[in-house]
Amino acid sequence: MNRLAPVAAQGHAPVMAPSSGGLRGALSDLFWRRPRFLLVLMLAPPLLWLGIVYIGSLFALLLQSFFSIDEFSGLINRQFTLKTYGDLLQAANVDIIVRTVVMAALVTLASAIIAFPIAYYAARYARGRWKALFYLAVMLPLWSSYLVKVYAWKLILAKEGILTWLLGKLHLGWLLDAWLALPYVGGSSLSVSATGTFIAFVYVWLPFMILPIQAALERVPANLVEASSDLGASPGQTFRNILLPLALPGVVAGSIFTFSLTLGDYIIPQIIGTSRLFIGMAVYAQQGTAGNIPLAAAFTVVPIVIMGFYLWGAKRLGAFDAL
Amino acid sequence: MTSAVSFTRVSRYFGAVRAVDAVDLDIAPGEFFAMLGPSGSGKTTCLRLIAGFEQPSSGSISIFGERAEGVPPYRRNVNTVFQDYALFPHLNVLDNVAYGLMVKGVGRAERYRAAEEALALVRLPGYGTRRPGELSGGQRQRVALARALVNRPRVLLLDEPLGALDLKLREEMQEELKALQKALAITFVFVTHDQGEALSMADRVAVFNEGRIMQVGTPQEIYQRPATRFVADFVGSSNILPPDFVYRWSGQKRWGSLRPEAIRVNRSVNQEGVRARLVSTNYLGAMIRLALDADGLRLHATVPAGVVLPAEGELVTLTFNRENLHLMEEGA
Amino acid sequence: MRSDRSQTAPLALKIAAGCGLAFLHLPILLIFVYAFTTEEKTFQWPLPGLTLQWFGITWNRPDVWQALSLSVRVAAISTVIALVLGTLCAAAVSRSRFFGRETISLLVILPIALPGIITGIALRSAFSLAEIPFSFWTIVLGHATFCVVVVYNNAVARFRRTSASLIEASYDLGADGFQTFRYCVLPNIATALLAGGMLAFALSFDEVIVTTFTAGQQQTVPIWMLEELIRPRQRPVTNVVAMVVVLVTFLPILLAYYLTRDGDQIAGTGK
Repeated sequence: MNRLAPVAAQGHAPVMAPSSGGLRGALSDLFWRRPRFLLVLMLAPPLLWLGIVYIGSLFALLLQSFFSIDEFSGLINRQFTLKTYGDLLQAANVDIIVRTVVMAALVTLASAIIAFPIAYYAARYARGRWKALFYLAVMLPLWSSYLVKVYAWKLILAKEGILTWLLGKLHLGWLLDAWLALPYVGGSSLSVSATGTFIAFVYVWLPFMILPIQAALERVPANLVEASSDLGASPGQTFRNILLPLALPGVVAGSIFTFSLTLGDYIIPQIIGTSRLFIGMAVYAQQGTAGNIPLAAAFTVVPIVIMGFYLWGAKRLGAFDAL
Repeated sequence: MTSAVSFTRVSRYFGAVRAVDAVDLDIAPGEFFAMLGPSGSGKTTCLRLIAGFEQPSSGSISIFGERAEGVPPYRRNVNTVFQDYALFPHLNVLDNVAYGLMVKGVGRAERYRAAEEALALVRLPGYGTRRPGELSGGQRQRVALARALVNRPRVLLLDEPLGALDLKLREEMQEELKALQKALAITFVFVTHDQGEALSMADRVAVFNEGRIMQVGTPQEIYQRPATRFVADFVGSSNILPPDFVYRWSGQKRWGSLRPEAIRVNRSVNQEGVRARLVSTNYLGAMIRLALDADGLRLHATVPAGVVLPAEGELVTLTFNRENLHLMEEGA
Repeated sequence: MRSDRSQTAPLALKIAAGCGLAFLHLPILLIFVYAFTTEEKTFQWPLPGLTLQWFGITWNRPDVWQALSLSVRVAAISTVIALVLGTLCAAAVSRSRFFGRETISLLVILPIALPGIITGIALRSAFSLAEIPFSFWTIVLGHATFCVVVVYNNAVARFRRTSASLIEASYDLGADGFQTFRYCVLPNIATALLAGGMLAFALSFDEVIVTTFTAGQQQTVPIWMLEELIRPRQRPVTNVVAMVVVLVTFLPILLAYYLTRDGDQIAGTGK
């Protein structure tokens, strides 16, 4: 008890200690007295980096879409014009845009359909260690190398690859041939067809769809489902009337990723797919081989505008809470 | 004698909100002082002003005669027991208690010895190696107390110290805190919204409402002679009597208060007194609480359990001793 | 969904979920198998034979080592920059409510929310406008920009769980601003920062789209792989590298998960 003896018996130490002195003491007192100063000091480096390097670059890009290219010399004419946007609306380019948007929509739809059972099972039935395992089972493919994942599908879809072999064993080779003979979706083998591009897209973006749907479903109380079946709804009706509306924000949140990522990708269609261009490939080609930076810049505005509308719609559906 | 804590017209504004509004306050050295009030009444802001987490918008604060404005909390020899205890989750109990000595540069052996002593003082000897997460609510509170006391603060601040504990533990801790404060002779300032806690532990109580102090006094003064309707209403269950009613009994047109236990309930209606109708009865264990309607005025009376009660709806006569009718400062 | 009753799932759901997970994992496993094939020119299945020789050949390929070394250096430096910027931003956003908080969150998330090709081409055109030649540092600049978000997400989640009164308690006990950071804030957010750093490293190590625009002639591992995919030279070497890349990225992810498992989820959707 001696250290904690009554204060009165110990004489009076001053109540207020002096500043600890030196630069550290002075700075510490200054930060305490002026919290705004500390805040500005903390925010300055990240804001300078992101605000100047990143936003600056984006603006520079946007600006270039209003320049034009001289068709004879190939030099960039730095004068404000809407000519490049006119070029963007040529039939060939509109084709590219439509093709990309249709692909993005189909990929999103397929991802949602495949993701839902996984997310539902993980949210509703998985417990304890199983839950952790499910989580990792989605996280590991999400984070494993993008290129390796694309490469894996190149292996699988190759003419001499495992899928052809498997279908042959099942005596379904004719089905594959019939599918490949179809216009648009077919090709000489799956790895050079639009179907192959589609499968690779779905595979690579699927985890981005599972996680938000699971997050949305975690928030649905299980007794809602019980209440619905208690009131006489069939499982199908319960799904349509209860689960789907409540999971919708999650689906929309996930679709932001699948849609946006598909719109901007140029590597998957380059490795697995036909020679028909997607927006990303067009941008890459225009800025690279063609050297037409203004048109490339104008092309990038397309996904930005589409995603702008998409995000605006998603926000109205409350999808951001599920991110 | 210098006050332990002295507020001179202290205000603290948050934007347009006056959390603390021109408060004058003096806390004597060695006093167990309670700040009582509903949430948002400014009592916690006052505590944070003493600790140094907030700075006054105007007015001045001194602690043992030394000016406190502009002095950061880490340079004040004042310590706080937080409402959520705020134990560091990454440190064990001993390191938690020794934290204050560690940052002051006290050597390892000495600070651990002091921390062990402080733990013994709060009756948790040998708990040093545990993690805060392994302790019960009551034990965490004792650790928080030891962590503050080991620094030998001149003023100890307690923010709703018993709020998170269950009833039995709370009563136990009330006695223990009181005994500890007596033994250490440190000035304790504690904030609570529980009037029972304030009245039973404190030497003096300040009742807060809307950023102002309504009344300061001993628990007896606060309980028996509330200065305003708010105090009478908030501290316990007094009947508040309107000026017209008070005028009939005292000749003064002022608000009055009357403790429920001061009211006698008579079943005869011929007697002189206040006519009332019994509305309902509530059994409280040792006492029974009666709700009465006196011509539109709702009154409460408590009678010992076991007396024969009138039936609900029955007319009764209420009487009381004139000296039990307390006239408040608040006029009509 | 919360239900305390242990229920079993309908069979159809089990099958659908199982197939979904198989769809996610089998292709990655297939990569492991192909690393051992004896076939050099095609992706023939079933494998004509098994061999370990490609591991040795890959080991002796200087271009693989160069790419790996560049990738590790870029990822390490980008991670350090992202750790500093992300933590500062998270600390500022969580310690006070100020005007423009939402804008800052948006600003941090933007480099990852917009398609990589936009970030890539924006940086490339900015470099060419400012006449900055491509170098190691142009790659780092791009990577650090989109790595900030994973550190930020992890740090913000941890700050949110850390009670504000802890910092006040530290001040109250006599620790000044620096001591409070050293003894109270840092130990509490350390694991979250480590997890964020791991994820940032994995993200940078794997990034290809932005890198193609900012790398010039240098090759990171993903760029090397992309070259091999478009213009194959020795397919079995690509198979081995692919397998190694999968293993190398799994480690930081598992570690990050382990570090943050109680409480905040690793901010995976931020990728």
